[in-house]
Amino acid sequence: MSALDKLRQTMRRDQVWNCMMPHYTYEDVLDTRKGPILYLEDVTVSFDGFKALDALTLDINDGELRCIIGANGAGKTTMMDVITGKTRPDEGSVYYGQRIDLLRLSEPEIAALGIGRKFQKPTVFEHHSVLINLELSMRMDKRVWTTLFSKMTGEQRDHIDEVLQIIGLQEEYHNRAGLLSHGQKQWLEIGMLLMQDPRLLLVDEPVAGMTGQETERTAELLTSLAGKHSVVVVEHDMEFVRSIARTVTVLHQGSVLAQGDMDEVQNDPRVREVYLGS
Amino acid sequence: MVKLLQQYFQRDRGGNSMLGILLFISVMVPVLNLVVPESSVFHVSTYTVTLIGKYLTFALLALAVDLIWGYCGIMSLGHGAFFALGGYAMGMYLMRQIGDRGVYGNPELPDFMVFLNWSELPWYWSGFDMFWFAMLMVIVVPGLLAFVFGWLAFRSRVTGVYLSIITQALTYALMLAFFRNEMGFGGNNGLTDFKDILGYSLQSDFTRASLFAASAIILALAYLLSRYIINSKLGRVVVAIRDAEDRTRFIAYRVEYYKLWLFVVSAILAGMAGALYVPQVGIINPGEFSPLNSIELVIWVAIGGRGTLYGAVAGAVLVNFSKTWFTGILPEGWIFALGALFVVVTIYLPRGLVGIMNRKQAAQT
Repeated sequence: MSALDKLRQTMRRDQVWNCMMPHYTYEDVLDTRKGPILYLEDVTVSFDGFKALDALTLDINDGELRCIIGANGAGKTTMMDVITGKTRPDEGSVYYGQRIDLLRLSEPEIAALGIGRKFQKPTVFEHHSVLINLELSMRMDKRVWTTLFSKMTGEQRDHIDEVLQIIGLQEEYHNRAGLLSHGQKQWLEIGMLLMQDPRLLLVDEPVAGMTGQETERTAELLTSLAGKHSVVVVEHDMEFVRSIARTVTVLHQGSVLAQGDMDEVQNDPRVREVYLGS
Repeated sequence: MVKLLQQYFQRDRGGNSMLGILLFISVMVPVLNLVVPESSVFHVSTYTVTLIGKYLTFALLALAVDLIWGYCGIMSLGHGAFFALGGYAMGMYLMRQIGDRGVYGNPELPDFMVFLNWSELPWYWSGFDMFWFAMLMVIVVPGLLAFVFGWLAFRSRVTGVYLSIITQALTYALMLAFFRNEMGFGGNNGLTDFKDILGYSLQSDFTRASLFAASAIILALAYLLSRYIINSKLGRVVVAIRDAEDRTRFIAYRVEYYKLWLFVVSAILAGMAGALYVPQVGIINPGEFSPLNSIELVIWVAIGGRGTLYGAVAGAVLVNFSKTWFTGILPEGWIFALGALFVVVTIYLPRGLVGIMNRKQAAQT
């Protein structure tokens, strides 16, 4: 868009300048009455000609637990990048509820709207204690000067305790996050997302590298979160997907190949061909 | 919370003792210099006062670098630029104080401008005859440059070694610019021949001792400020950015604003250090912008121990003390000694001198 076009857009008389809009929190604007909390429509992302996402259309219902599977390079992580604002698609639209266009927002804005993301590799603040990891993640005014003078209130401390209970790290709250085991770090990261009171959780390979027992606990944790939050889980571990999934979406070469419950998907001949390899 | 506070104060034992030492010397050194007669063994010579005063300004500069490098992981190799800009602002004030006592006796123009046949003062020199204005500029000029530079760099997510290289380029470009006579800052001679500050002669023992005390007190205040920042929630966010920038962004912090804020604070501290340095040393020239200076200063912090504020202070003082001592006996050898020191510290003491102390303490308990 040329500078002149941009100026024309800015001067359009049928809309109000962004800076003049009243400030809403996401509860005011997020409209999920029609069901879906997240719509992706015809989203295409290409890197040097390779289409990581190819006209991907997908919707996630409010309160749903959705599993997304697909071979390496099927576009699972790219999809998460698009939703969280890390990658801008070449085409398509992404809506959060009915009214919020995620493509116009930056990563921190999207996070503040209640979309939490867990990375594939557990990423926590290793030099900080578990408590501080959760404190920093808390949903609150995160501007620089406010943060400089902010003090933790009792209410916030209660919120932290609540989340510690959910992720089962009460005993560890004072330890440095870097000293936690791999599984505990994964739970802490999920806890950090929960501190933001998210509406939508994007969880990338939560059980990679976990022991059987840890996997089981994670499955419990994620199923207990569904309902109150919408949860999207990207996973390779079919056993795990089977244990938590209600609806499964199979991605292949950047678009949806099949969708349905686990049995339907596994019996789908196209899925068997490209993914299950038989 | 109380537990955390207690733990913090215990942890900052080094910082508290450093503050104690600073307060002590800010009183005792001037007394030993001014009151104790020269014949006494306890007399501190004016030369020593000025020398230590200079170390203290370097310590303030190192503190500024540690704030962004040690805690936020931004390795600026151009902090000498902010130091020099603060120094130039102070130098301009001191130049205007010379009045008609210059070689050419022009009451309005500094000597170098008369020499260049300039007929009037450039606009950007106006106001510098007032102390308050000059002091304001000591803060505003480095702060503004850091703001503009940081805004562009952090918004474009320039990090790591790329950022270090750009900061080098920044200080190098400024050095070349300040070398030019047309800039109106005295070209390669810089600004010098200062006579007095606030009406007191810069040559007098009293002024020297006062500048020393001012350096010590401002260093102590800057330390308290930095410690407050680091221990606030903002400080925890900054460390979080250092350790996992993406994670911080995805829990809704605007990482670039945090970096920018800290970078500006750090640049202002560096500018203040420069302003304290110039009247004590008596000269400011474009050499202060030299990229080598900025690199050397990162080495002070590494040697002292990055990520501990008092470590940076100790590193700056120790390295500069050894520099004075070493260049006295073997001038050409210093650069090798400094290089060797840096290699040894990086390989064997990743946490600097403070790291050794902490390890000893841990061994005792």
